[in-house]
Amino acid sequence: MMPLLTLEAASRTYRTRHGLFGKPSDVRAVDRVSLEVAPGRTLGIVGESGCGKSTTGRLALGLETPDAGSVRFRNTAMPPQGSAEWPALRRHMQLVFQDPLGAMDRRLTIAAQIAEPLHIHNIGSPAERAERVAALLRDVGLRPDQAARHPHELSGGQRQRAVLARALATDPALLVCDEPISALDVSIQAQIVNMLADLQAARGIAILFISHDLKVIRQISHDIAVMYLGRVVERGDPDTIFAAPIHPYTKALVSAVPTPGPRRRERIVLTGEPPNPADRPTGCAFHPRCPAAMALCRAEDPPAVTLPDGREVACHLALTPDRIAA
Amino acid sequence: MSSTTAAAPPRLRRAIPLAVLVAIGWIAALLAIALFAEYLRPYGITQMDLRARLTPPIGFGGAWAHPLGSDELGRDVLSRLIVSIRISVTIAFGATVIAAVLGTSLGFLAAHFRGWVEQAVLMLIDFQASMPFLIIALAVLAFFGNSLPLFVGLMGFYGWERHARIARGLAIAANAQGYAAAVRQLGATPLRIYLRHVLPNIAATLIVAATLSFPEVVLLESGLSFLGLGVQPPMTSLGNMVGYGREYLTRAPWILLCPSITIVLTTLSVSLVGDWLRDRLDPTLQ
Repeated sequence: MMPLLTLEAASRTYRTRHGLFGKPSDVRAVDRVSLEVAPGRTLGIVGESGCGKSTTGRLALGLETPDAGSVRFRNTAMPPQGSAEWPALRRHMQLVFQDPLGAMDRRLTIAAQIAEPLHIHNIGSPAERAERVAALLRDVGLRPDQAARHPHELSGGQRQRAVLARALATDPALLVCDEPISALDVSIQAQIVNMLADLQAARGIAILFISHDLKVIRQISHDIAVMYLGRVVERGDPDTIFAAPIHPYTKALVSAVPTPGPRRRERIVLTGEPPNPADRPTGCAFHPRCPAAMALCRAEDPPAVTLPDGREVACHLALTPDRIAA
Repeated sequence: MSSTTAAAPPRLRRAIPLAVLVAIGWIAALLAIALFAEYLRPYGITQMDLRARLTPPIGFGGAWAHPLGSDELGRDVLSRLIVSIRISVTIAFGATVIAAVLGTSLGFLAAHFRGWVEQAVLMLIDFQASMPFLIIALAVLAFFGNSLPLFVGLMGFYGWERHARIARGLAIAANAQGYAAAVRQLGATPLRIYLRHVLPNIAATLIVAATLSFPEVVLLESGLSFLGLGVQPPMTSLGNMVGYGREYLTRAPWILLCPSITIVLTTLSVSLVGDWLRDRLDPTLQ
């Protein structure tokens, strides 16, 4: 199937300067990331904080312009921000935020905010809009009387439902969820994740789901991409990756997922500091913390290779024959 | 679930403090006087009664013909005070509105475009803040002469930099994260973001800033009129009355005291109300 969204070796670099006369240094937030999201499918992006997950999400939405590489939506290059096509494209792709209270205008009612995208994109007559808002409220599981409430009068889960209703108002083809459930407590998290899955099944939305929670990612994603320091280190089917991770970083992540009952796998505890993106290690970015690092890892950045089972791994170990034993 | 179906949550209404009530009453009275000055004044402001020059107010040996006494030309102080209030309130109100609109617009422009536009606005703000306004006002009035519209416009340049700073800071914060970014992401035009979302959210802060600069404009107008550069005779204003009354400070202090007391009470009232509004409009304090 033709992908809805394609990132091809997209990079985003920020320039920072320390002090007035400091040497400017480049922070490569996202480094040659290639991803694809097919219609109606979910791609989960997982990684520790600062690994470029959110920037990837912003690149996918066209909120950031890549310095190199390309972002294509429906096989058309993403128009730059400020161009005439950019605002019109917003109705086809929406963002769900981590902090639902911050993402809502606290002076407007929930109904007014859900109707806002309809006003912006001039969809429907006033009566149709009201009807649509009521339908959206129903779809996300809010009561009709909550339409007249202000955001601070709702609970965290209800607010996130309202944010979701607003994002769905224009019937977008792509939804980027940037840590949508991290701010919610566990019981509500499950409700929101299930609702997302239901909405996806009903509407055929493609979802780019960004999270640091492996369990949630596994539950909702059709594909996952593991990011480390701006690069995708492993990408593929979630069951394959969780059953037999290849990249040492993925192994460490998977081993850290809490499981009920006695621990079957040995927990891999990473040593060393989380890396500084402004001061990237040479070669493979992960080698200072990698338990299996070789001399080659220090010298050379591993290319991403596609394995026979369909997943993509960027690790020198994946290329050596003894990786099964490792 | 009766609590969830109630139309509006019961809002905790604290009683308005007495001082604020009095201040609101005083401001309302001033506005009424400013609106109906033409009907309220017993005499024309230039109407002279040479037989009743320098008569004291009632209670100090005066008569009901001139309740607040008369000045050196026998003009009725009460009539002049009423018209002065109208002029001074017009100037202060007009100037505050101009400063708030100008400052907020420039602040939003700076926050929206960033880059060199922001640098230019910040430079203007620093220039305005570092230059004593009285000197700018003196220079402008000396070069361009004086008329009421020009004077209001000039006073409008007073205090805009505070509004600009507040608007810029709050708009940048809103753009970086939160509601403004969310609405922008929905595809809204900048005009919609700033007018429908950012402005209502920061209005409380701006209103309070305006109530702080309102009394300052009244004082500035009084100062300039006192120096003879503000409102020109035969027109009258509060500062103008103080300025011309000072020559009779020992013989007829009421000419100077009436407008002075009005200035003090007005500035005090607006400050009190502004302070109270800041507490009322801050949702975190409710």
